[in-house]
Amino acid sequence: MTTAVEAPPVRYQSLIETIGNTPLVRLGGMSPAEDASIWVKLEGQNPTGSVKDRIALAMLDAAAADGSLQPGQTILEPTSGNTGLSIAMIGSLRGHPVRCVMPESVSVERRDLLSFFGAEVILSPGELGSNGAVRMAQEIYAEDPSVFMPMQYENAANPGAHYRATGPEILRDCPEITHFVAGLGTGGTLTGVGRFLKEHDPQIRIVAAAPHPGDLVQGLRSLDEGYIPPVLDESVLDGRIVIDSRTSFAVTKQLLEREGIFAGISAGAAIRAAQRITERAHQQGQPAHVVVLLADGGWKYLSTRLWARDYDDIAADETIEGKIWW
Amino acid sequence: MSVEVRVPSMLQKFTGGEKIVHIEAADIGELLANLEAAHPGIGEQLMEPGADGAQLRRFVNVFLNDEDIRFLDGMSTATSDGDVLAILPALAGGAR
Repeated sequence: MTTAVEAPPVRYQSLIETIGNTPLVRLGGMSPAEDASIWVKLEGQNPTGSVKDRIALAMLDAAAADGSLQPGQTILEPTSGNTGLSIAMIGSLRGHPVRCVMPESVSVERRDLLSFFGAEVILSPGELGSNGAVRMAQEIYAEDPSVFMPMQYENAANPGAHYRATGPEILRDCPEITHFVAGLGTGGTLTGVGRFLKEHDPQIRIVAAAPHPGDLVQGLRSLDEGYIPPVLDESVLDGRIVIDSRTSFAVTKQLLEREGIFAGISAGAAIRAAQRITERAHQQGQPAHVVVLLADGGWKYLSTRLWARDYDDIAADETIEGKIWW
Repeated sequence: MSVEVRVPSMLQKFTGGEKIVHIEAADIGELLANLEAAHPGIGEQLMEPGADGAQLRRFVNVFLNDEDIRFLDGMSTATSDGDVLAILPALAGGAR
């Protein structure tokens, strides 16, 4: 046990300096036995409570460095919550007004938090999901190009932040890693961490846990309306597992009950994917040491009442599949 | 091998409104061909000509028992009795 005096100083000149270097924690009860382990990286411990603090900082630093973001300039971003909070926090410390476009279907705490952090919230049609928020932000930008739009879905600083910091942190803390799993959103985490880990060892497998779009598919008229974020480099991926929302709910609840970890709903999907990986490795007699990135804490999901519900209730609730949860 | 195919809403016009159809096939390529034979017009929505024969369109993801076939054996991925195939569009994720 390191004594307080031996530990590095924990003193910062600004909240922004506390971003990153999140803890990696081994799952006990939910980890498989023998020659397999699941480790979770707790990104909820970043200052605004999610992994997005990393990319918001990287995108704004890059834009300030190349001149595309000027002092005092307004920042506009399509976001269903986490990235907006990160940008709003950094924007407020650096003097940038922030406007966020988010689907009206996201939870009330996200809307409230964004406004408390000082951002202006613009709502896009809920049935169009994140795709609709992206489209509306692009329309606003086309009418008023004086704003700066980081566009996390297209911004190379997004995977860049994970290549430079998240990936090296993972390798430092879990040198025996065989698989990396993260939820698929913009694809920035999987792309950046995946590139770094594969440069170190091409045998490390990179697996995406994708949310089942459920009823959201009904908002699309054709398959051609789909969207693949430009920052996602699919060549880095070795697998993509789709996890339905009910499973994500149930595993997220188990995570608190068995491991004491209060995480957002994408955590359940990512851990379920990791469990599948370890089950298969066990069948094949292979070792598996899986690092799972948990993108955020559970605080922003309290209004779902997820943790107050029993498992039968979650399994029977047909409305769970029709909304964006992460 | 009878595979349960889950058809997304925008393609149900090809299946007479059915959300789930059952198709006999030994692999994904055969399954998609038999799906087109049973429900003409659906194949064109899913596939396009590629360098090595028909390939999935870019925004179409096909999951066999929840795993993306692009990362299994693609069109050659073997199917078994009772497998579930889900056809889903590529979508941007949620909590960004």
